[in-house]
Amino acid sequence: MSIIDKKTVEHVANLARLYLTDAEKEDMTEILNKILDFEQKLAGLNTDGVKPMAHAVPLENVMRDDTVEESLSVREAFLNAPCEAEGFFKVPRIVEKD
Amino acid sequence: MPLEDYTIVIGLEVHSELMTKSKLFCGCSTSFGSEANSQVCPVCLGLPGTLPVLNKKAVEFAVRAGLALDCNIATFSKFDRKNYFYPDLPKAFQVSQYDIPICQKGHVDFIVNGEKKTVGVTRVHLEEEAGKSVHSGATISTSDFSLEDYNRCGIPLIEIVSEPDMRSPEEARIYMETLRNILRYAEVSDCKMEEGSLRCDANISLMPKGATKFGTRTEIKNMNSFRAVQKALEYEAIRQAACLDRGEKIVQETRTWDDAAGVTLPMRSKEEAHDYRYFPEPDLVPIVLTTEYIDKIKNDLPELPVAKFHRYITEYALPEYDADLISANKDLATYFEAVLENYKDAKVVSNWLMGEFMRLLNEHEVEITDVKVKPKDLAKLFELQDKGTISSKIAKTVFEEMFISGKDPETVVKEKGLVQISDVSEIEKIVADVIKNNPDPVAQYLEGKEKVLGFLVGQVMKFSKGKANPQMANDYLKKALAELK
Ligand SMILES: [Zn+2]
Repeated sequence: MSIIDKKTVEHVANLARLYLTDAEKEDMTEILNKILDFEQKLAGLNTDGVKPMAHAVPLENVMRDDTVEESLSVREAFLNAPCEAEGFFKVPRIVEKD
Repeated sequence: MPLEDYTIVIGLEVHSELMTKSKLFCGCSTSFGSEANSQVCPVCLGLPGTLPVLNKKAVEFAVRAGLALDCNIATFSKFDRKNYFYPDLPKAFQVSQYDIPICQKGHVDFIVNGEKKTVGVTRVHLEEEAGKSVHSGATISTSDFSLEDYNRCGIPLIEIVSEPDMRSPEEARIYMETLRNILRYAEVSDCKMEEGSLRCDANISLMPKGATKFGTRTEIKNMNSFRAVQKALEYEAIRQAACLDRGEKIVQETRTWDDAAGVTLPMRSKEEAHDYRYFPEPDLVPIVLTTEYIDKIKNDLPELPVAKFHRYITEYALPEYDADLISANKDLATYFEAVLENYKDAKVVSNWLMGEFMRLLNEHEVEITDVKVKPKDLAKLFELQDKGTISSKIAKTVFEEMFISGKDPETVVKEKGLVQISDVSEIEKIVADVIKNNPDPVAQYLEGKEKVLGFLVGQVMKFSKGKANPQMANDYLKKALAELK
């Protein structure tokens, strides 16, 4: 059963800002459908009496105390930045031109 | 049809920064006003390979806020990722809570035009703050580039979502003000709208009076003061009514409030912008709270404004107006109660706080917490007045000096020679002078125009520079005039 078509792949890719070639889109359609098929199998299992999980690891309440730790220096903060200006991260135009 | 024939429906989403020292998922400082990008680290910059660790205090504050809003606190809640691309969000997702928020089903009560109003709180959830963008041009659409400061990014926030229970822009403003008072009382947020630590977005729609189906709503953003909340919603209600009257349909859209122009304008957004694709945050494990933990926070909550309001009426016999005004402001209420520790008459205290005290606060632009007058000194001032050492008029002069210098009232009275004149011979002397200098009014009084007495008493007070005991001035003036008859 195919739930995902090429249009859905294009939509999801666009949301994630992924630019796929036509071949990649075909490929991705097939892979995503396989994953969903597998999940259909899981959905068919009897889960009576199994508590729903919110996380794959059986942990809870992993927390830290509210203490201030040293931050990066302003210089270090920009080491991976493609563009910096006057102590700020410089980013391209946010909305399209009128 | 006129706006009065429509029912206005308003719901608010309020964001409030929590007063933790460090950020929600990392140890970076949350202090305001530091150099741009000096409070960032690999976690809050969203660098690959980093892991968030939840701030215990932020959870406590969120629970406190929820309890102060009379919410149910979830013994189990979790975090989710809200995905969207915007440069103030370096990870390209915001850690928030989607289907299991930490608090649900509370309410905010307040009084509008003398009537009690209850607004439901749908939910309160924890999430992280975004960074701050500075645009190169005048507006975002005329800017070729923008500058990002991530100091704020990752500061803990609570989002408080109301039910669409408000029926006027005024109610929306009072709801916001009440919410601010409650959050300040609970000591979870400083709620400074001007610094952005308290913000709100509003959903507003109209429907014909008597209808039950809500109309299409718009979302209003960028209201940066309580006044702006009311103004923006008033504008938007009129705009929507005009649209409907022209037979147009309301477009469901996000609009921004332009405070200077006094209008709401549509915000440009891409269609996909609201496809957030929430999914559970795999880097954070669930929050599990015991009822003991929740009860302890509940017991530690200070008395909240509504409880104070009722206590002021029953315990101190204050009128509702005074009780409402004083209980709403945590600092004022604290001051009020401190004065009452040394002085019994609550109405005298409330009159003074709402009158002279507020007047000088506004005039000198001072915060209540910075006032130099100690509450016990204010109590002493009232005693001096009760004993007749100073008149009520002089009390105001003394208070003004206390307000500026922080000196106690006895010192001020002594230094300025403001002791009330209650000496009979001195009063008689002033009365004689006033009678001598005002032959015409005196003659009128003797002819039976008793109203002139008030003027003559005023002259005695003026002559004594306000220091004459007013009752004695009145009595001795009458006596002296009687002798002239
Ligand atoms: Zn950080």
